[in-house]
Amino acid sequence: MKIIVCVSCVPDTTTKPTFIENNSKLNEQGVQFIVNPYDEYSLARAVALRDANPGSKITVITVGEANTEQNIRKALAVGADEAIRINAKPVNGQYVAKQIAHVVKEIGFDVIFTGKESIDYNGGITGNLLAEELNIPYTHSVTSLEISGNEAKMEREIEGGKEVVKSALPMALGSQKGIGEPIIPNMMGIAKARTKPLTVKEPVAVETSTQLVTHELPKPKGAGKFFKAEGNVQDAVNQLIEALSKEAKTI
Amino acid sequence: MSVLVYLDSANGALKKTAYEAVAYATHLGEEVIALAIGNIEDKQSLADIGKYGAKKVYHISDEKLKTFANAAYASVIAQAAKELNCKTIVFSASSIGGVIAPRVAVKLNAGLLSDTNVLPKTENGQLIVSKTVFSGKANATFSLNGEYNVISVRPNTVKPSETGSSVEVESLNISAEETDFRAIAEAILKTSDKISLTEADIIVSGGRGMKGPENFYLIENLAEVLGAAVGASRAAVDAGWRPHSQQVGQTGKTVSPTMYIAVGISGAIQHLAGMGTSKVIVAINKDPEAPIFKVADYGIIGDAFEVVPALTEALKAYKQKIS
Repeated sequence: MKIIVCVSCVPDTTTKPTFIENNSKLNEQGVQFIVNPYDEYSLARAVALRDANPGSKITVITVGEANTEQNIRKALAVGADEAIRINAKPVNGQYVAKQIAHVVKEIGFDVIFTGKESIDYNGGITGNLLAEELNIPYTHSVTSLEISGNEAKMEREIEGGKEVVKSALPMALGSQKGIGEPIIPNMMGIAKARTKPLTVKEPVAVETSTQLVTHELPKPKGAGKFFKAEGNVQDAVNQLIEALSKEAKTI
Repeated sequence: MSVLVYLDSANGALKKTAYEAVAYATHLGEEVIALAIGNIEDKQSLADIGKYGAKKVYHISDEKLKTFANAAYASVIAQAAKELNCKTIVFSASSIGGVIAPRVAVKLNAGLLSDTNVLPKTENGQLIVSKTVFSGKANATFSLNGEYNVISVRPNTVKPSETGSSVEVESLNISAEETDFRAIAEAILKTSDKISLTEADIIVSGGRGMKGPENFYLIENLAEVLGAAVGASRAAVDAGWRPHSQQVGQTGKTVSPTMYIAVGISGAIQHLAGMGTSKVIVAINKDPEAPIFKVADYGIIGDAFEVVPALTEALKAYKQKIS
């Protein structure tokens, strides 16, 4: 089975973003980049799938500049077999999907893992765009995956429950928590990762009709109104209800 | 020109998110055309979409489209957009519309923004749309300049309101190809939650401060009085106290309710990522230094085990008084 895991390198969750060049770009100075958390779930499930299907191979694909390589090595350290870096800044989901589509058409695929979303621009679209580019089915926000023969059974999150989805292979999916338990790389994995193949490919020309214009930081909230329960819980509760009914008008 | 709005439906009925998508589309300054696909039992509910601002309503009731398959729905909607001459297509960023929108964008080579949570603008003839990015820590603005443009709208962004009158529902004869049904929904596993988290107007969430699963009845009782959905922090879910379906935040759900009440939740950045765009945030926590108070509009500093039962009782009395 040819397994592809798309990995996005994103600012660490705790990053406080600032912007440069007229607020058009993220200021990357001092920002630590990590493997997108949802892609860690993908990697975990992909490794188990590979191990259960002898002869399978996991190829990790990233669209990113040279500084993403340390994160690609992490993906190799937890068990991926080889990696491809498409040497370009990931402009947006549409751009990334087209770049990855171009590469995987060449190398072939049975199952393509993406994350449910990346935690930078929170689009939640790249896997689905990629699937449409490749004319294969896509299932979003997948919390469990079982494959037998040429068919996959998945559960995906929907409002108020889960949906059981049956999909033919080849297919793509967007991983959500639950599909696999993220693997922490061990010393042997890290050592092996150094010698696993990492190929760099140049991007193809892609234009999209979606342009990022500007970023802004949310306006700071005014100080909230907080009531102390100490001594008299009833007073605090009454004050809160008063505020919610008269000011916030939410009850 | 017109805007095409896809109407989310499930189990034979339109969803709340369908009305929200129509309400959003009315802000684009063009005629709004609504489209439903699959089985809708209450035909009047389709006609009534006119009341919320749609000038025309179409229904594709092809037998095969009774089962949800995002590729099939996308194929049908892209064809409809061309046939009805709609250059902008609006979806809810729900588990239905949100997974159709990207495929439609590829088919139409369109500009695309998913999960917008701000009303759109037009500047110099260009469509300007915004959304929160970096998990709520910043906002980003985009211009969409394709011949076609596709937008999905985060649930709870726009409140639908009745402004017009019912319209006649027209049928549209478009079908999908066999290969569009390679992934299909086979069954729905419902959770016991009465109200879905992402659609809820009010959410009451509990965290580590609840000290154990046996104490979540306090959260449930408070939610009951408010007609709210129950949520949980990652800490409460990872400890096995609550199901993952209730997790709010990174690796859980992103919600945007009118009011979010966080009980015994410190407010880790991963949690704020999932609820930071709530309109009003209320925190109940005994630690006045907890980060949740930095984003909260209102709060009570005190022990949840004293405050929550008192608040529940007082709200019961308040609700009785105003009803």
